[in-house]
Amino acid sequence: MGSHGRATTVTGLAYISGVATIELDRSKCNSCRVCLQVCPHAVFGASNGVIEIIDQDRCMECGACVLNCAEGALIVHPGTGCALAILKGWITRSEASCC
Amino acid sequence: MDGPAIPSVSTQLGLGDRLGRWRVRWTVGRMRYRVHPGLYRMGNPDPASPVLVTANYKLTFDVLRAELHGINAWLLVLDTRGINVWCAAGKGTFGTAELVRQVQATHLGDVISHRRLIVPQLGATGVSAAEVRRLSGFRVVWGPVRARDLGAFLDNGMRATEEMRRVTFTLSERLELVGAELAFILKWLAVLFLVVLVWNGWTSTMEGFGRVARAGAPVIAGVLAGTVLVPIFLPWIPARAFSLKGAMVGTMVVGAAVALGHDAYGLIDGIQLFLIGTAAASFLGMQFTGSTTFTSPSGVEWEMRRALPFQVGACALAVGLSVARWVTG
Repeated sequence: MGSHGRATTVTGLAYISGVATIELDRSKCNSCRVCLQVCPHAVFGASNGVIEIIDQDRCMECGACVLNCAEGALIVHPGTGCALAILKGWITRSEASCC
Repeated sequence: MDGPAIPSVSTQLGLGDRLGRWRVRWTVGRMRYRVHPGLYRMGNPDPASPVLVTANYKLTFDVLRAELHGINAWLLVLDTRGINVWCAAGKGTFGTAELVRQVQATHLGDVISHRRLIVPQLGATGVSAAEVRRLSGFRVVWGPVRARDLGAFLDNGMRATEEMRRVTFTLSERLELVGAELAFILKWLAVLFLVVLVWNGWTSTMEGFGRVARAGAPVIAGVLAGTVLVPIFLPWIPARAFSLKGAMVGTMVVGAAVALGHDAYGLIDGIQLFLIGTAAASFLGMQFTGSTTFTSPSGVEWEMRRALPFQVGACALAVGLSVARWVTG
């Protein structure tokens, strides 16, 4: 168990808590489970066939689930995860990319 | 089959491949390390053999083929401009449009008898399986994250285990990144060093060298703390924000460097070097978020808003001390 009482993260590392923008609209979800397949960090889980976000803090906002959700049930604010790109984005008021 | 022959590639890496791998890990010529996009044979594939989709970064291509020893498969290489799958998927170059384009350009439908494409899971940031199916008629099967799991994945009827779906960030994975970070930093340090050396007078080179090295040691210690120590000790440094991890390691390492070289400069110089070195460690630690496999952009932005004022403030204070000293004579 992690220090904050949740299951240990896949990487063994936890990042800033409570900021990831991932949202699941359960009224649109048809439980196709594609999000479970494409998510690299086990953000989603299924109990009794119902998909839910089991750990929002593990989400790195890569957007794989959003792109592959045919029902449009997932929303995330996409962006780049490196400081220099964000700084450049602030200065030029644009979306910059990392690698 | 008519049309141009499909090239075969070996699953054995040669000396050139190994040297190339070592070279690009240190960022030398990394952006030009590419293979030609298109369809390749691996082993002795027949029309029923699986199709594996990958990027045209030669390092990615080499890792994949080395892991496929003994497997007969088709390799469909997308033009990602020499970028790996995950980064290219984030940019969209490893994406739906390029995948569909390569399927059509290689006449894949005439070469194979099935309609399945095994796409690495990390490509899902750029590839929409539903769109690929609509545009090309091919079904995307999400392969494992790591090429080394492909054999087991294929043996298991193209089903990935939970573990194959998860991204890790192990010590050896982090060490590979340190090389690239370090190479980037060392280039800039070399330039900076030359500038200072020239500033100090080209004639007194050896003397200038010694002076610059002693005065610069705490700053270099801070730079190394952020680019080398933070990545290596990442899970063991308490604090979640990378800027804070960098500041913590920086305080210790830069503090030690200042203390060791205290006879080379005065108290004010020591404070200035400490402030700049620690700020550098904090900023560069924060910059490492861009290389990890788990940090969210929202999290990076969250810590940047809080850490940047301190980092800039520390540097401003250091400059302010110089100004104050100059004013007071």
